[in-house]
Amino acid sequence: MTLPLFFFYLFSGIVIASAIMVISSRNPVHSVLFLILAFVNAAGIFMLAGAEFLAMILIVVYVGAVAVLFLFVVMMLDVDFRELRQGMLQYAPIGIVVGIILLLELLLVAGSAWLVPEVAGSGALPINDGIDNTRALGQVLYTNYIYLFQACGLVLLVAMIGAIVLTLRHKPNVKRQDIAAQVGRTKETGLEIVKVKSGKGL
Amino acid sequence: MDWIFYALDYLFGAPILGLGTMVGFVWKALLLLVTLLVFTAYVLLADRKIWAAVQIRRGPNVVGAFGLFQSFADLLKFVFKEPVIPAGADKAVYLLAPLVTVLLALSAWAVVPVAEGWALADINVGILYIFAISSLGVYGIIMGGWASNSKYPFLGALRSAAQMVSYEVSIGFVIITVLLCVGSLNLTHIVLAQEQGGIAHMLGVPWLTFLNWYWLPLFPMFVIFFISALAETNRPPFDLPEAESELVAGFMVEYGSTPYMMFMLGEYVAIILMCALTTILFLGGWTAPIDLPPFNWIPGAVWFVLKLSLVFFMIAMVKAFVPRYRYDQLMRLGWKVFLPISLVMVIVVAAVLQLTGWGWHGGVA
Repeated sequence: MTLPLFFFYLFSGIVIASAIMVISSRNPVHSVLFLILAFVNAAGIFMLAGAEFLAMILIVVYVGAVAVLFLFVVMMLDVDFRELRQGMLQYAPIGIVVGIILLLELLLVAGSAWLVPEVAGSGALPINDGIDNTRALGQVLYTNYIYLFQACGLVLLVAMIGAIVLTLRHKPNVKRQDIAAQVGRTKETGLEIVKVKSGKGL
Repeated sequence: MDWIFYALDYLFGAPILGLGTMVGFVWKALLLLVTLLVFTAYVLLADRKIWAAVQIRRGPNVVGAFGLFQSFADLLKFVFKEPVIPAGADKAVYLLAPLVTVLLALSAWAVVPVAEGWALADINVGILYIFAISSLGVYGIIMGGWASNSKYPFLGALRSAAQMVSYEVSIGFVIITVLLCVGSLNLTHIVLAQEQGGIAHMLGVPWLTFLNWYWLPLFPMFVIFFISALAETNRPPFDLPEAESELVAGFMVEYGSTPYMMFMLGEYVAIILMCALTTILFLGGWTAPIDLPPFNWIPGAVWFVLKLSLVFFMIAMVKAFVPRYRYDQLMRLGWKVFLPISLVMVIVVAAVLQLTGWGWHGGVA
């Protein structure tokens, strides 16, 4: 057994094991931590496939940002898992259907080489040895697929604006700090000298 | 044993390991680790000494001459104390958290080029690797804060989660502006770009290398990066996760002895990493500031350590001078000041590079 193969089995074994732990562990925080373990090992598999840029982006985006927010939310919410588990059988049929569809799709992708030989491999661009894959990805994204790429950006922008609109509340009686106004204060605007006669008060 | 070496070669995709130098690789890794840990011990001492000097105190001065062995005495003290695990704590996660912190902080050093060709792994996506690893640093804090099963650590963990995610955004944009100028994600290329081209070359004085470095053309980004680095590593004035005046010691309240020491160690190693990153991105890495005989006789590694120490000195002075930020001010600074400025700078730098054709082209394959 060659070493890359050993690492492949190691990474994918850990991915599968931790994915099982994600759905089977009793504590939701443990679930998220196992999810993070799965992400990191998936990045390892990308690395073995020579896609170092994707591996790093997976860690930066999913592990470094998305999973932090997951963990944040799960820690804040007091989820009672026994209550959630009671409805589990009810949702099982839907879950199984989605699972089967995903499995079929994966099999189709994996088996495309002998199902439709003329289509297989047409989606992938040939790898140029002289160019590292960050540069190669950039060249493809910003030339051939520039409109799709920009459209993706727009979709994300819409999602972001939507999230802000849904959560933004302007409360009327809240004191807000206006740093420009604070810094812009001068002696004339910020200070009032009052001559007070003794024994009289203001 | 050759297969291990082949695998490492395969994993890092770089000719760092000649055939049969597997042992050499392990030695190099150990050497880096030991040097880094000893350096961290003295950085910790320097931090305390600088802080003391600003407050007109002496600082640690009992263990060894000028307190030079204070950090090692502290190490022994931490190691020989009894670790106490709170009754309600999630034991596994509680003990895993400091380990994660230290491991991540140390593993980021694998790609840092201390001098030309001295990086343990000279990988093509070096800067992205460091960015990825440092973005994982938040997990040590969140896990520690949550697993302690206590109020103050939990509040500290929540604060740090929001804080580190916010400042990573501006750090990312700062890194992007530098990458636009360099045209490569390789850390060695980033330093070479500052050595072989830049403002000094344009002015016709190529021996004034310090004008080449990116601190001058990208000065606003240099400032933003420095401040974001403070926030990313939870240094004062942004040390809200452990704000002792409100949260006692934040996420570390329940920790003692060796686990606590590992948190501290991880924190300081991460700080030194940020100093090293500032040195590489903006201060020309291992290059001498003036490329003339008395200066360029000094080896690159010495320059690297000197620059790194200078950046750390600035960080230590900030700790001594600046009062702690309030939490909403911290968030305002990250999202309403740094993010727009760095976003606009990315566009400006890209436009300037496109219109003038400046930038480094040595990295193009």
